[in-house]
Amino acid sequence: MKKLRDCIDKIKPNFMPGGKFAMFRSVFEGFETFLFVPATTSQSGVHIHDNVDSKRTMTIVILALMPALLFGMYNVGYQHYLAIGQLESVGFFTLFFFGLLAVLPKIIVSYVVGLGIEFTVAQWRGHEIQEGFLVSGMLIPMIVPVDTPLWMIAVATAFAVIFAKEVFGGTGMNIFNVALVTRAFLFFAYPSKMSGDAVFVRTSDTFGMGAGQLIDGYSGATPLGQVATHGGGDLVLHNIAGKSLSTLDYIVGLIPGSIGETSLIAILLGAVVLLWTGVASWRVMLSVFVGGLFMSWVAAAFASPVYAGSLLSPLDQICLGGFAFAAVFMATDPVTGARTRTGQYIYGFLIGVIAILIRVYNTGYPEGAMLAVLLMNVFAPLIDYFVVEANIRRRLKRAKR
Amino acid sequence: MLSKKTRQTLLGPLSRNNPVIVQILGICSALAVTAKLEPAFVMAVSVTAVLAFANVIISLLRNTIPGSIRIIVQLVVVAALVIIVDQILKAYAYDVSKQLSVFVGLIITNCILMGRLEAFALGHGPWESFLDGVGNGIGYGMILVIVAFFRELLGSGTLFGYQVIPQIFYDWGYENNGLMILPPMALITVACIIWVHRSRNKDLQEK
Repeated sequence: MKKLRDCIDKIKPNFMPGGKFAMFRSVFEGFETFLFVPATTSQSGVHIHDNVDSKRTMTIVILALMPALLFGMYNVGYQHYLAIGQLESVGFFTLFFFGLLAVLPKIIVSYVVGLGIEFTVAQWRGHEIQEGFLVSGMLIPMIVPVDTPLWMIAVATAFAVIFAKEVFGGTGMNIFNVALVTRAFLFFAYPSKMSGDAVFVRTSDTFGMGAGQLIDGYSGATPLGQVATHGGGDLVLHNIAGKSLSTLDYIVGLIPGSIGETSLIAILLGAVVLLWTGVASWRVMLSVFVGGLFMSWVAAAFASPVYAGSLLSPLDQICLGGFAFAAVFMATDPVTGARTRTGQYIYGFLIGVIAILIRVYNTGYPEGAMLAVLLMNVFAPLIDYFVVEANIRRRLKRAKR
Repeated sequence: MLSKKTRQTLLGPLSRNNPVIVQILGICSALAVTAKLEPAFVMAVSVTAVLAFANVIISLLRNTIPGSIRIIVQLVVVAALVIIVDQILKAYAYDVSKQLSVFVGLIITNCILMGRLEAFALGHGPWESFLDGVGNGIGYGMILVIVAFFRELLGSGTLFGYQVIPQIFYDWGYENNGLMILPPMALITVACIIWVHRSRNKDLQEK
């Protein structure tokens, strides 16, 4: 550590104004503050008493994402070997390593493209490099199916970083959640690679690893995909090998789906980290789940075979698809969400309600969590505005009395 | 050939006074008809024709129209011209006319038309009004064609219906971008054009 510090201090003058590489100052500062907490302290009237800057906050979110990511990698391998019928003959590490090989390129592409644009823009406009993309870059690979081509992720990431973030002024100024804009772009631009039953399980080999023939009766549809195409009769969801699934399977998460979204347990581990460190708002998180449960309860109360989604129990609704992932990691984004406390309850509740509403009653979309969060991103400032106005009015009334 | 002032009337709307990217008028049709180049091109020609002739007619009538009913007179003139254009398209370019569907009829609601009639034709002679109509029509059409170029190229891989992205790209895994066909990307494409235009004409940038 000391050595690294010395090394940085030695090359630092080159990057200061007047130095040889003064034009790369923002890149240098980006890396320096990434490695070490800045030593500068405020000299006068500020109200910040904490040295947890946004890089540290982002690091905690990355840590919170780790359980879901690692489980996602394992699940990618699990689904693959299940699909080629070799699950019994390979061990835990083979499964995990296969998933690692499949997921790592996505993470690299997302970071290289996103950070590349951020660094370029920061250089060009003479800003400091902002760290918002550290989290977005990790979220993006986790919310796409395993077989989405890398170039599509690159295009979508570039689009989202430029049009959802940089044009609004960079980190902290964006209206929409950058990772979800990436996903929405992919979803609408390349629907055949983002939905359906051919992309959620890798059936081919990865860099020559795990080649094999598909088993008989294989079907790559996710549980929600099966719900969306359900043709009537009893709704029995099954895994890719045709075995029927139970609520416990949804909670553990060994089911096909986007990489990071399948396991409720892993996501809740992340939620514990976020809540324990105080990074995410428990109000939003809780109210998303309450809203989702409420709407699923309403849907289940008026269950009809026309809308197969309404045949699921409220608990299943919460566990399936990207709902829990969106509740824990997307809705709680402090930049795009509501900031007032009352507003956070309303914001979260409506995300939960709309997500289930889209999922159950709009048969065109098997999953609604992404669209619900993006929609409520638009309304978050409005909710805050009315909460603040209501507060002012209440206090004025009290003052008059 | 043209004096400086008339040249300004004709060429101003192409860039510095463009109706779409500077005055932000006629955006709705820019969204609606730009998924393919062909309808965008036909739309551009139709609007130019309607705008030029409506400008001339209103300019000829400008001293006889009572101020209180001028909007109605303008609407009647534009409506008559739009119906003529619509009938011509139905007769000679039926396929495109079907693609454009209601949007030919909706030329009448295009803000550029009423804007130019109100702002220019009522106060200028027929020849200048004609040039102004042609200039604004082309300025509008130019943006439509640029937007449609990118939307058709990226969204369908074709230009004027001809395949331009070679098949081998698709074999390598390239796919058309379905989002480009949807209206939001028309707005974003227009925004990009505005972005480029404003960064080249710094005096147009809002403070």
